[in-house]
Amino acid sequence: MKAVHVIEGRAVPLERADVDTDQIIPSDWLKRVERTGFGRGLFSEWRDDPTFVLNDAQFAGATVLVAGPRFGTGSSREHAVWALMDYGFETVIAPSFGDIFRNNSSKQGLVIAQLSVRDVEELVALIHEDPSRLVVVDVESLQVEVPEAGWLRSFILDPMTRERLLNGWDDIGLTLIHEGEITSFESTSHAPTLTGLFDDAGHVLTR
Amino acid sequence: MSTEPKTLFEKVWEQHVVVEPKGEPTVLYIDLQLLHEVTSPQAFEGLRLAGRKVRRTDRCIATVDHNVPTTIEGRLHIVDQIAATQIATLRKNCAEFGIELYDVDSREQGIVHVIGPELGITKPGMTIVCGDSHTSTHGAFGALAFGIGTSEVEHVLATQTLPQSTPKTFRISVEGELPKGVTAKDIILAIIGQIGTDGATGCVVEYAGSAIRALSMEGRMTICNMSIEAGARAGLVAVDETTIEYLRGRAGVPAGDDFEEATARWRSFITDDDAVFDQTVTISAADLVPFVTWGTNPAQVVSLDGVVPNPADFADPDVASTTERSLTYMGLTAGTRIKEIPVDVVFIGSCTNSRIEDLRAAAAVARGHRVAASVRALVVPGSHRVKSQAESEGLDQVFLEAGFEWREPGCSMCLGMNPDQLSPGQRSASTSNRNFEGRQGRGGRTHLVSPVVAAATAILGRFATPDEVSS
Repeated sequence: MKAVHVIEGRAVPLERADVDTDQIIPSDWLKRVERTGFGRGLFSEWRDDPTFVLNDAQFAGATVLVAGPRFGTGSSREHAVWALMDYGFETVIAPSFGDIFRNNSSKQGLVIAQLSVRDVEELVALIHEDPSRLVVVDVESLQVEVPEAGWLRSFILDPMTRERLLNGWDDIGLTLIHEGEITSFESTSHAPTLTGLFDDAGHVLTR
Repeated sequence: MSTEPKTLFEKVWEQHVVVEPKGEPTVLYIDLQLLHEVTSPQAFEGLRLAGRKVRRTDRCIATVDHNVPTTIEGRLHIVDQIAATQIATLRKNCAEFGIELYDVDSREQGIVHVIGPELGITKPGMTIVCGDSHTSTHGAFGALAFGIGTSEVEHVLATQTLPQSTPKTFRISVEGELPKGVTAKDIILAIIGQIGTDGATGCVVEYAGSAIRALSMEGRMTICNMSIEAGARAGLVAVDETTIEYLRGRAGVPAGDDFEEATARWRSFITDDDAVFDQTVTISAADLVPFVTWGTNPAQVVSLDGVVPNPADFADPDVASTTERSLTYMGLTAGTRIKEIPVDVVFIGSCTNSRIEDLRAAAAVARGHRVAASVRALVVPGSHRVKSQAESEGLDQVFLEAGFEWREPGCSMCLGMNPDQLSPGQRSASTSNRNFEGRQGRGGRTHLVSPVVAAATAILGRFATPDEVSS
């Protein structure tokens, strides 16, 4: 994962609540075995509509997505995060998020900035006033800022996610620091394994 | 260890803590990872790129379910080349990394959340993950089971652990006796309708109370399955005699004295009296009715005897506009009686409702009747074992004689990743778990219902309860 410190870019106001991961990337796209190229599928069912905000030329090239409450609920598909990032988004600002989506985002370096409903409404209004305004999301100071409007809000990120974003740490590498503890846990664990469940053909043995 | 009363969740969690580094999430041991074709290819690729191995091949099992066609012909020649490649990729990855795979032609193949329990691989007190949000299903056995993303799939393959922050605990008690015709599906739809799609965000929910105790394991799985639809990380039900009797004699479960020894341990996976939850809610079972979703998220539920809601009835302008948008997508007019809405397709299947008990209940309604001429109705068993069991009971004949299609196991029309899909504008009554826009196929309109409501609806061609189908 690449380290992330400050994201600075123009923002798109999605202005929809309950945007589940099926909307972010429809299931038809999930058949691919690659990790790249999902940007074309982002919100694909909505992008056919010429009035959909992502089709509005004044928001082209934006890196900040501003959404309504409960963004990223539903399916565990990490493809939703890959699609947002492949399209060019580096951060999503919303009043609340689905848990798994939030987790998946942290693994890829997509910054999840949670602000109150009111703050998000204010931010959306500022973007509508002037879509060329820069929005700054600072992972170091945990602040969202619209410098030109003198608008500044703080957001909360769990300390470990913040550290990982700032350092670009690989999660698996971090866990493997504890390999000794994992091995010692395994030597005392009684949890059953699948050993002895199959015959040579891979069929489950019946008792 | 302290002697303080503990919740079921706390007991399972504590037994799986590998290490709690200061200021970092807990490293939690994962006893079992279930894999399928859709969320695993990039995880295996990640291992390959980093030169890592699968740490414990004896704690992984794979099957194909999301993409596979549900006709015999379709499975022999998978027309969709992208889907075929994904299935072939899983085959290649399992061979390369040494993981057991229930392939398309295996007699154990089925939906991942159906086969784990039926093979006795899912057991009380375990930690189970899968790259699928409906992994919470396995919580019905007193196991801590949750859905993860592909990076986490890779993490578990490489380390057999996951860094996890401690969730909050939430007990939902359903007390009393369910009225006739009201099922586990109606309980969970009622819960989601009441607490909302984010009502349990950040929580592990334990379902408790006399109405939950009275349910079969199939019913408990239906409820735990949809925990994620209320935002929960996982759902749990405490172990009791129903759990133990379900497990007895299953392939992955020890036999003889070992079984008795195992059950003694399993019985400890209950919440102690006086254990404290972060949040609790109690629901009266007697007040529940058959429910159906009318909108595009699973909290938008209404009684089968109700009407399509009016956006103007909601004081909150956001809810009003969401309602408006949902009604437009669903092609519904406020005030329309639910039972007057015709459907085009009925789908009985998915990890929520494709187990033997679901098929028995639906067949009991369908027996001796005909599917309405305007309706296409599919029954898709959750696994080959469910299919064989149903066939040995003659349920396939009941469905076929009534005009239902009887299919091969898989996720089928739950999620529009295989040939079973709605066409734009088509309306379904579906026993699956999500009514999101386009979930069952682009432009499709999904209404979530129980298996018995689905069967009655197929026969009458519009939303119906089983009592409307004369016997």
